[in-house]
Amino acid sequence: MKRDDRKIGDRKIDEKKFRQNGRRELLKLTPVLALGAFAIPSLQEGLLKKGLGFSDWASARLFRSAHRAPEFDNADLTPFAKFSINGYDVEDPGVIFENWSLTVSGAVQKPGDYTLAQVQALPRYRQNTRHICVEGWDVIGRFGGARLSDFLKLVGADPTARFITVNCADDYYESLDIATALHPQTLLCYEMYEQPLTREHGAPLRLQIPTKIGYKQAKYLIDMKVTHVLDRVGYWEDQGYSWFYGL
Amino acid sequence: MSDAAVEIIQTRSKSEKDTNDDEPVVVARAVYEHPFVVRLCHWLNTVSLFVMVGSGLQIFRAFPSFGAKIPQKDLLHWPRAFAIGGWLGGGLQWHLTFMWIYLGTGVFYLGYQIFSGNYRQVLFTPRDIPGVWPMVKHYFFFGPKPPVREAYNPLQKQAYTTAIILGVLSVVTGFAVWKPVQFSWLAWMMGGFHYARIWHFAVMWAILFFVAGHLVMVILHGWNNFLSMLTGWKKDPEY
Repeated sequence: MKRDDRKIGDRKIDEKKFRQNGRRELLKLTPVLALGAFAIPSLQEGLLKKGLGFSDWASARLFRSAHRAPEFDNADLTPFAKFSINGYDVEDPGVIFENWSLTVSGAVQKPGDYTLAQVQALPRYRQNTRHICVEGWDVIGRFGGARLSDFLKLVGADPTARFITVNCADDYYESLDIATALHPQTLLCYEMYEQPLTREHGAPLRLQIPTKIGYKQAKYLIDMKVTHVLDRVGYWEDQGYSWFYGL
Repeated sequence: MSDAAVEIIQTRSKSEKDTNDDEPVVVARAVYEHPFVVRLCHWLNTVSLFVMVGSGLQIFRAFPSFGAKIPQKDLLHWPRAFAIGGWLGGGLQWHLTFMWIYLGTGVFYLGYQIFSGNYRQVLFTPRDIPGVWPMVKHYFFFGPKPPVREAYNPLQKQAYTTAIILGVLSVVTGFAVWKPVQFSWLAWMMGGFHYARIWHFAVMWAILFFVAGHLVMVILHGWNNFLSMLTGWKKDPEY
């Protein structure tokens, strides 16, 4: 160490004072150790649940009812053959179309079984939107169907209800916040690329929600409940995924 | 100026009456280089960056590609042992929890640096440009050591300023990946969701590149230098 390089005077320190001071300053950093709580097995799950819950809360705050997901030109569409099929157990739960109906219950004025024809009698909307999987891949598809908000009007859903839950022919189940359910791009989808929905993609009726991640978009719907209290959240949510997962 | 950051622990002078037996042990000079908030944020960020990278790679493992799902061309198979969370859902839990700690630390740090004026210590400005090449020559080509006048030399300033910008970019690209609909303009600026994901990944590697260099320099500069990021005080500074 060349002393002559120094610009300022060669003042000296007292080793003891220096050490004491160093210990005091080091102690001030103890708040960092609080993060160590995440390494404690008994606390970890609860903390991560809280963290995920906070992210969901923030997601719900960031959701804007009037903000539409980007829509794309037909030229941007992913070819139908390259639209991945994701199911949690089977690709075709063997729905018998002739007997199919959607059973509606809960906080609605007109509960009961609704046929596909009744859904298709509602105004049809077609949209080219991006479908994003939680795994990270995405496709742009052309989806057609009735607005869920129109269907909820048809069944006389209680406007103060907070959630929609659905059950599927493959035992999958999901739930939605009412704000997303009423979003204009949230569809009860019965066609893709202007063709009837295929079995692998959820025939005869599925949810199509461009403001949500893929696993929220349940296929092969068989019943729907409008509710104030959420009793079942969702298949993947029960494994540890985010509930809101708005995009 | 940087001299403001320099303080000295004064020794008891010879003239001072010192009756007790603990004689002042004269060692060296010391300067106060790292304010408390900087040190706190440094270590909070060390932990949260570690978790963000580990859980991010776990998320990446679910679809280690940037092309289409059909046909899927995997970019690299990242070993599970070097990922946090155990599976995709676990990785997401860690990522979506620690992103708030990462973001909070970053905002707190930037706010402190700006309002305290301490940013002058670290911000690379045009004034520092002439000093970069001599430092590069010194570090990599056995050039003579340029005289040091501040806590951070021009090359350090450049590296740290770049790291801070990368930190900001990691958050911005992360928001584009997390919220490609609500922040569709952000994703659009990056070329769409597809590219936002690529940018987010690339920024991570750039940060890891910085961290690798940073760790090498920490080892080369020895214990006193390392200790200063814990206590704030650096013994025997080079300036």
